[in-house]
Amino acid sequence: MPQWIAACATDDIDEEDVIRFDHGAQTFAIYHSPEGEFFATAGRCTHEDVHLCDGLVMGHLIECPKHNGQFDYRTGAAKRAPVCEALRTYPVKVESGQVFVQVAE
Amino acid sequence: MGKRDYSLLGPDALRAVETGLAAAEWYHTEVPRKVMKELMQRRDGPALRDTALLFGTMIVCAGLGWALWPSLWALPFWAVYGVLYGSAMDSRWHECSHGTAFKTPWMNNALYQVASFCMIRNPVTWRWSHARHHTDTVIVGRDPEIAVMRPPVFFKVIANFFGIFDAITGWGRMLRNASGRLDAEERTFIPDSEQPKVIRVARIWLLIYAATIALAVWMGSILPLMAIGLPRLYGAWHHVMTGLLQHGGLADNVNDHRLNSRTVYMNPVSRFIYWNMNYHVEHHMFPMVPYHALPKLHDLIKHDLPAPNRSIAAGFAEMWPALRRQLANEDYFVRRDLPLGARPYRDDFHAAALGTAAE
Repeated sequence: MPQWIAACATDDIDEEDVIRFDHGAQTFAIYHSPEGEFFATAGRCTHEDVHLCDGLVMGHLIECPKHNGQFDYRTGAAKRAPVCEALRTYPVKVESGQVFVQVAE
Repeated sequence: MGKRDYSLLGPDALRAVETGLAAAEWYHTEVPRKVMKELMQRRDGPALRDTALLFGTMIVCAGLGWALWPSLWALPFWAVYGVLYGSAMDSRWHECSHGTAFKTPWMNNALYQVASFCMIRNPVTWRWSHARHHTDTVIVGRDPEIAVMRPPVFFKVIANFFGIFDAITGWGRMLRNASGRLDAEERTFIPDSEQPKVIRVARIWLLIYAATIALAVWMGSILPLMAIGLPRLYGAWHHVMTGLLQHGGLADNVNDHRLNSRTVYMNPVSRFIYWNMNYHVEHHMFPMVPYHALPKLHDLIKHDLPAPNRSIAAGFAEMWPALRRQLANEDYFVRRDLPLGARPYRDDFHAAALGTAAE
């Protein structure tokens, strides 16, 4: 059953930035868009397993810190080589200043 | 370790995967997130300025070289043009392959295509090979861009100052790709979906070379080839000189760029041609930092890195004797001391590779 898990406070992430969130054996990347919305994707790049939290958020793109591959973090779509495979995305909600991610248990 | 097999399909490639050397987690100096974010920011301004200067100088030099031909006065202009074509384009190809030269993506892509053509590096193939170079820097059997293999073949190294082997290999690959084929090694790092693009680019290039040669024949002059194609030979020396310093004579099969990469202080002209890739340890540790921010990154993390070589000559003075020693002992390499307070090398992790370092 999917569960909503509290990942962080809304002010833990600057606008146009990303942080890492680990839950059990899973690792996620939580994004704060320039419009103030929050998104969540798998935490590692689909190309070489590198943590995306060290990458650069530019608008709605997250760039992998190792090879500069890019994803649209809203949809997970791969946007720039060397990434070809889309990133998994997760539903997010914000309640009482907390960012929740829906995680499959 | 002894005899190395640099084939991407050989036993060393398999061993690197089995032992966890391949696709490993690499050491990096700690930099606060806010600072790193600032360093990673893209800008169009510096690359627009540098690109205007690059192409402007190339046009002026080619024009004067063409006008003064066949007088000897033409030679200095072709010499400058050649270095900008056969060497500066190497660093433009490199920076644009990372997507860090410009903020605007189409500008990166446009310069990447032009620079790839000049360097005879298929822009699709080399995007993938360079990604592997960053994943597995100087890991034997995994890195397709090791410039000096062990034992060094000095004849080949010196011939490449005139682009001989690199250019011939590049043109050979172009012809093979244009005929619709990729070799087995290319297929190990280029995804199937990208392979048709390799062939398409090779065919476009072939047409450009054919048109240039046809023009030269029609004019009865070598001048069109002095402008397109030959500068990859007569202007290659600067990028080979600086490129050899990147990793030459240092460790292989390690996961710490401080052991296998070299930062060298260079004069402003070489830094313009090389687009600050003399800060090579910094570039490998943080490949998303654009070339124009590397000096700032260097200042920030130099306390954790071996002391840079003070000049190109000093870099060669360190590297060349090490390459010569590798003729007799393939395992030999230069191990640089870290400054006091730096996080030490993980000798336990690198025991196999670090056995025969220079004292």
